[in-house]
Amino acid sequence: MKALRYLALSIAAVLFLVPFYLVVRNGLVSEAEISAASWTFLPSSVRWENFAELFSDPAVPLVRSMVNSLVVAVLQTLGQLLLCSLAGYGLARIPYRYSGVMFYFVVATLMIPAAVTFVPTFVVVSTLGWVSDLRGLVIPGLFSGFTAFLFRQYFLNFPRELEEAARIDGLGHWGTFWRVVVPNSRGFFAALGVIAFVTSWNQFLWPLVIAQDQESWTVQVALSTFLTAQSINVHELFLAAAVSITPLVIVFVAMQRWLVRGVAETGIKE
Amino acid sequence: MSHARAFWLFVGPFAAGLLVFVYVPIGWSVLLSFFDARNTVTPVEFVGLRNYADMLTDGPFLRSLGTFSVFAAFIVPLTFVLALVLALLVSQISFMQAFFRSVFFLPTACSYVVASLVWKLSVFNGLRSGLANTVLSWFGADPVAWTVSTSPPWYWLVLVTLRLWLQLGFYMILFIAGLQRIPPVLYEAAALDGARSWQAFRFVTLPQLRTTSVAVLLLLLIGAYQAFDEFYNVLGTDRGYPPFARPPLIYLYYTALGSGGQDFGHGSAGAVILTVLIVGVTLLQGRVVRR
Repeated sequence: MKALRYLALSIAAVLFLVPFYLVVRNGLVSEAEISAASWTFLPSSVRWENFAELFSDPAVPLVRSMVNSLVVAVLQTLGQLLLCSLAGYGLARIPYRYSGVMFYFVVATLMIPAAVTFVPTFVVVSTLGWVSDLRGLVIPGLFSGFTAFLFRQYFLNFPRELEEAARIDGLGHWGTFWRVVVPNSRGFFAALGVIAFVTSWNQFLWPLVIAQDQESWTVQVALSTFLTAQSINVHELFLAAAVSITPLVIVFVAMQRWLVRGVAETGIKE
Repeated sequence: MSHARAFWLFVGPFAAGLLVFVYVPIGWSVLLSFFDARNTVTPVEFVGLRNYADMLTDGPFLRSLGTFSVFAAFIVPLTFVLALVLALLVSQISFMQAFFRSVFFLPTACSYVVASLVWKLSVFNGLRSGLANTVLSWFGADPVAWTVSTSPPWYWLVLVTLRLWLQLGFYMILFIAGLQRIPPVLYEAAALDGARSWQAFRFVTLPQLRTTSVAVLLLLLIGAYQAFDEFYNVLGTDRGYPPFARPPLIYLYYTALGSGGQDFGHGSAGAVILTVLIVGVTLLQGRVVRR
């Protein structure tokens, strides 16, 4: 029984890893070998010079689009954490007459997935003149009702004694939040931050809609353009894809603990 | 500092953003949906309910909801069952548990674009030497033109396996978290009552996973409803997108932002219909679960 379990898990693990291997394999072989008459698991030779070819190809704005993706992902992660944690704390802890109304104002947006309203959002963002602009890529994604809601739930369970001690020390809401609540919530911030970074790096529909000039492409838009038009060498495309997932594989390995916690926290609304 | 001032200091910036980037767009779209608005985002000519009538009678939009239904009918139950199986297998072992969990979760690091690249140009590239066709040839089967084959529609196999690979690990983590919340004492009691392992699964695990299961089903359904990335990248070519297999967001994308002219009147009406449908499902689900 136990051996069967390991057998099943091992077969599944191989199936899960093969696509990763294919990205790297196809990125490091010659064009002829990708479309060779018979498929071989191991390539006949590994062409490291493909890297030089990829990075010197002026038709492929890989570095530029990776930088764009990185800037967008970092700004969206920090901005979302800042805005949503402040809102969540205010809703959870500051007694105010309209606090209940504002809570419904936030949770009502949970029912509407952002992707479904991409046309309405594009209409407004293009009116602001933010098409092919960093602002258009970053700002609309900052206001996640779901993240604010998760922060509120988390702060509701934050130990009140810590906050009361800060209050006695003469700190107001603002000082209490920054000096006591945030430093004691690092794990939660890390968990939601990793999720926000991964989501931002991999998002496709919104950047496709808004980043219309090549200068503003994110890496996903760049890869997709060459994939659907098939206008560059296939091995270059695979190598570019391998380069594009490297930052996230590093995040996964380094931050796995927070990532798993983040998924468990964000997946299920208790 | 008064409570009111502190409240708006904390909540104000976020609420303003929600207003500008969620509420105003939806309101504007509701308005646009009653107007003719081609190649402009300002209302041109009032047409009443004609955009809605067009969307709901004219074939492509309704067909896109049909496409979503077919996709959901495959991807939702398959992901649910396989993610649960993986979660059970992983949580029942101790040696190398973290390794297997990480491997199944790793595809989450991939974007749909990268997965589409591997599926379209490598595994299912339709060449005799493609990986899927190579495997078929071991069983003596003829090669299949996966992504361009409409009868039988083999492209569904490409799209469904792609999403399975990408999302199984995520849902496995949710099920593992759910399994860890089940008090061990329940299994001990079941064992004392002489329950076999499948009985323990049927009468302890499944009922205890009820909350997780409902959440997973809803997330899977909402995810399928928003499917766009893999359809666009696997089926799109330099000659444009084929006329078949267009889920709702693909259809809206080509209506509102396609190269054949931007039609924000119809695009807005479509977005409003999709929003009403998903809100309806969410509210209905909340009511059913609370009962």
